[in-house]
Amino acid sequence: MTKIRPIGRTTAIFAAMALGIAGLAACSNDNSGSTDKPTPESGIDEKPAAAGEVVMWSRAPLERQAKNAVDAYNASHDSKIKLEILPNDDVEGKVGAAVQTDTLPCLLAGDVVRVPYWTQQGVFMDINDRIDALPELKDLAVGHIDAGTYEGKKHTLPFVTDISVMVWNKALYEKAGLDPEQGPTTIKEFVEHSKAVAAVAGEGESGTYLSGQSGGALVFTLFPSMWASGVEVINADGTKAEVDSDPANAVYEAYRELNETANGLGAGSQEETGATWTAPFAEGRVGVMPYPFTAVTGMFEGNAFDVGVSGIPGTESGKVSTFLGGDALGISSSCGDVDAAWDFMSWLMTAEAQQEVFADNNDTASNLKVLADGYKDADPRTLIANDTIQYGRTPVAVNFNEAFNAAGSPWQLLVQNAVFGSGDSLAADNEAVTAILSQK
Amino acid sequence: MSNSKPASAPRGIKERLIPPRRMTPAMREHTNSHQASRRKTNRRGWSFVSPLMALIIVLFVAPVLLVILMSASKWTLMGGDQGANFPENYAKVFADPLLQESIWFTLKYTLVTTLILMPLALGLALLVQESRRWNSILRTAILLPSALGIASSSLLFYALYSPQVGPLNPLLAKLGLMDAKASILGTPDSALWATVFLVVWRFAGYYMLLTMVGLQAIPGDVYEAARIDGAGRLQQFRSITLPMLRPTLAMTWIMSITGSLLAFDQFYILTKGGPNNSTVTVVQLIYKYAFETKKDLGMAAALSVLVLVALVVINFFQLRAMGVGGDEK
Repeated sequence: MTKIRPIGRTTAIFAAMALGIAGLAACSNDNSGSTDKPTPESGIDEKPAAAGEVVMWSRAPLERQAKNAVDAYNASHDSKIKLEILPNDDVEGKVGAAVQTDTLPCLLAGDVVRVPYWTQQGVFMDINDRIDALPELKDLAVGHIDAGTYEGKKHTLPFVTDISVMVWNKALYEKAGLDPEQGPTTIKEFVEHSKAVAAVAGEGESGTYLSGQSGGALVFTLFPSMWASGVEVINADGTKAEVDSDPANAVYEAYRELNETANGLGAGSQEETGATWTAPFAEGRVGVMPYPFTAVTGMFEGNAFDVGVSGIPGTESGKVSTFLGGDALGISSSCGDVDAAWDFMSWLMTAEAQQEVFADNNDTASNLKVLADGYKDADPRTLIANDTIQYGRTPVAVNFNEAFNAAGSPWQLLVQNAVFGSGDSLAADNEAVTAILSQK
Repeated sequence: MSNSKPASAPRGIKERLIPPRRMTPAMREHTNSHQASRRKTNRRGWSFVSPLMALIIVLFVAPVLLVILMSASKWTLMGGDQGANFPENYAKVFADPLLQESIWFTLKYTLVTTLILMPLALGLALLVQESRRWNSILRTAILLPSALGIASSSLLFYALYSPQVGPLNPLLAKLGLMDAKASILGTPDSALWATVFLVVWRFAGYYMLLTMVGLQAIPGDVYEAARIDGAGRLQQFRSITLPMLRPTLAMTWIMSITGSLLAFDQFYILTKGGPNNSTVTVVQLIYKYAFETKKDLGMAAALSVLVLVALVVINFFQLRAMGVGGDEK
């Protein structure tokens, strides 16, 4: 047995403790590193932003539009914006974690239906005076500003506008003997067209498609039909659901009827969680469906089939509507360089920037002047889509995300019951949505 | 310490049995030095344990205290700490209809998983414990899935189950078991069984290894003696293997039950709690409270505390039922 002198032991103990502490330190470094680590595609290192450089968060579905905006700004300005893209599903968690640790970036763009809650919780800085002083304010679409207005103070401006439109596959329409230039003008016609396509559907083809388990996509695609029919989906202060009206029921019945038709509603509609809901139409396997316009513009040129675009109809002919979705942009409440962040926001609102960033790329501008005059050379289908914006709506409710968008939301269950289930629980399901909306 | 022992002197039997009334100086010296050395040993012991203690306090005690504090506060994800509100968070958790559903589903999942996994692991361990020619290859093959993270294997099975790209749909359709276009994860039951299959595939080898170590610790001569006494294979298994394997089985059962009660990753990736909230486990509900639906860290913390208490109680009764701990007293 070797004897260790006491001094040796003490040293060993201190060494062990030092190791333990070093281990702890290493652990905590690892942790902070992994939670803050940006997604690879954003290519951001962990150094703090350089002077005059403002970090901005946006989400993956609107990456193309966000990149266009940031690139245009960086090309013409000395101060730079650094764009970080978050996966859509991780946005809430990421923003929440950043709020807890005071590490929000200066510029934060968020899904317009999430913005009211974020604003109420104090994520955004009150920039009411700056917004009111904007020379372009009267030209801007109000939906995204309203979403970020809390207790009379404005917090956000429109960033990217994404609207829903009715699209149809002209090749399948011809195959079904329908007029390829004429989309459905009522819910009834939507069912007829879908059935006609279903009757001639080949392997994997269907009349229409629905994202049955994605509350967000269901809101985006079904609400416009209800608005176009002249009914509301929630009350004015966002505390009561009204998705059990007769026109709403007509919409569910339409999908129910198609689900009972062979190849009427595409396979997988009931289980579709939203991850791939735009894929079947993009692959040319769906006849007609409500669709995000940001995903249509890429199909205008060099596509395997021709796409028709119209507003989303309601129960009566001649009335259309759309969901004014997309992202609103605000300055986070912990931002240190408000002027630099505001410089980007105010620049983006100018007619020139809206023209360059959105109109020239067939995307939807938020500046109404540009929307009216800026699309002279644009695809006629872009003009059709832009024309529906005047009838478009953005529902505003503090608990909107939990009631409608979250996985397993009461709204998702309502649609599942009404389209795929027994179909007799509409009133009770509507009450369940109200119960969430009316929380404190 | 041996140097402080008084030199042995011839003593009578009475002297040795009855303790002396008065201490001799030598004895007093002995006691003093003994106490001093015990104090020294204690100090040394504490200093040896202190790094571990520091780890436990920083990584376990402090977070638990923080969670308890959170559960008694209005603490939202975006808004931060807004002061105490006990017991509002607990009331809100109990009022949520999803809680009952998720508890029921978690228990069902735990029962199914454990009842399949545990006998399977024991059977596999019995099969491969002796070193026959192919056994090392067999062992490695069974153990291999355990080298994969649970999240990675969930993703792998997500692809396998996908009606768009997975190979299983056409196969099952050919056997007439399901519609080729339907999704394996599309109904509550099939989603549960699909997840159970993944978990059994992922953990069978791991529990097999643990059980095998227990099996190999049983001395061979016990079996030899039983054989000489004329015990058959089944009798040996019942009267020797099972009783002597009890501590190992207790451990694997507790690990499997606790692990299943805390299931999260596989459901988060594979089913996202769907279809229609039919596969939401309790831990997933904690996550939903914190980051998805309520965005309320207070409610999530309240449910976490409830789960912690429930687990302590369950494990206590499990240890009692397995008779572990009693042996050590």
